[in-house]
Amino acid sequence: MRTIQLAAEQLAALELAAGEELNPLIPHTSEIIVGFVAFSLLYMVLRRAVVPKFEKAFADRTDAIQGGMERAEKAQREAEAALTQYKSQLSDARGEAQQIREEARVQGAAIIEEMRAKAQEEAARITSSAQAAIEAERQQAINSLRSEVGTLATELASKIVGEALDDQVRQSRIVDRFLADLEKQK
Amino acid sequence: MRVYAATEGVKDEGFNPPDAGDFNLPPFIDGNSFATKPILLAFLSVLIISVFFILAARKSAVVPSKLQFAGESIYGFVRNDLGRDVIGHEFMRFVPYLFTLFTFILVNNVFGIVPLIQFPTMSRVSFPYVLAAITFFVFHYIGVRRHGLISYLKGIMFIPGVPKPAYILITPLELATYFIVRPMTLSLRLFANMFAGHLLLLVFILGGEHLLQGVIGLKVVSPFSFVVAIALTFFEFMVQCLQAYIFTLLTALYITGALADEH
Repeated sequence: MRTIQLAAEQLAALELAAGEELNPLIPHTSEIIVGFVAFSLLYMVLRRAVVPKFEKAFADRTDAIQGGMERAEKAQREAEAALTQYKSQLSDARGEAQQIREEARVQGAAIIEEMRAKAQEEAARITSSAQAAIEAERQQAINSLRSEVGTLATELASKIVGEALDDQVRQSRIVDRFLADLEKQK
Repeated sequence: MRVYAATEGVKDEGFNPPDAGDFNLPPFIDGNSFATKPILLAFLSVLIISVFFILAARKSAVVPSKLQFAGESIYGFVRNDLGRDVIGHEFMRFVPYLFTLFTFILVNNVFGIVPLIQFPTMSRVSFPYVLAAITFFVFHYIGVRRHGLISYLKGIMFIPGVPKPAYILITPLELATYFIVRPMTLSLRLFANMFAGHLLLLVFILGGEHLLQGVIGLKVVSPFSFVVAIALTFFEFMVQCLQAYIFTLLTALYITGALADEH
């Protein structure tokens, strides 16, 4: 009797406990503690070791993209500046070249003019000196011819005188011989 | 163990539909209430999440590896869609909390369909209670810090732009909303979804098993039960992700409300 009663009491207690256990809305102390500890642990890990790293990666990426774009813009601005500079330098150089060409042309013309004048002067000088030389030679030739003609005339006269000028044939023969001698002497 | 034996003893020879007792898993070490499957799973989830994200975030490279990209996608989702887009310019302070909340709930939920584990930790009501309690304290703490205790409570109790007599009706409702309904719905929504989902899977899997042991006619029906169980598994995966998302989203919304100038 006593044992049956005890068993019944135990069964009732078990059923009560079971009912409590079966109510899924009743929390368990150990699970609450674990839930809190596990969650806190995870929070610490993610906050310390994960979030900052991902944020750093995001920031670096933004930087890389923005920096790249800024660098590209800067390079473009620099290129444009260089282009303008080159263009202005080129037009300067062109102007300078034009000027130099103009100067060279003027200078060349002046030089040609000068050279021509010099050449003409030289030619005139050469011509006049040649004429002087020719005149001098002619004078000399005339002088020598004059003295030679005198000598020859004298010589011819003496030969004619030395021969007997008796006939016409003889006379002409002497003259012819004289002339032939002259020819031979030349 | 004793309790489990007691509930088991009640079951008869026929088909015993799964009930709340199936969620009371006995400890592996007798009498040690910490040595249970849900507790082990909670710690396992912490380990899995920590290892995964520490490995993914380790290099924090500008050009991410596949692992880093995967980690960043999840983190970026919580950070941008749940943090920045909901809370606004102050969001960065709360991102670690929202991120922890989302990943912790998600992994523990998905345990429900992971082969061999197959138990959603959040179907043990203690865990949703803890998480809802933390959210409850976090958003009230933020509200009090931002506005001061008196004006924070005044903001909750007396919504501006309401005719004075209406406060008789509205003030108790608002108080109940902020101090009872919010934490209760937050925790029970998560718990009930996981509880019901697991129960549903148990019904079709254990039912299919039971049919298989029956007469030939029942054996033929059995595969349909398993097919439904498989379909439900996919459905459960969706619910598990959705519940993690909702819990985190609501927490972000509550924080936003506490930060706002007018409640």
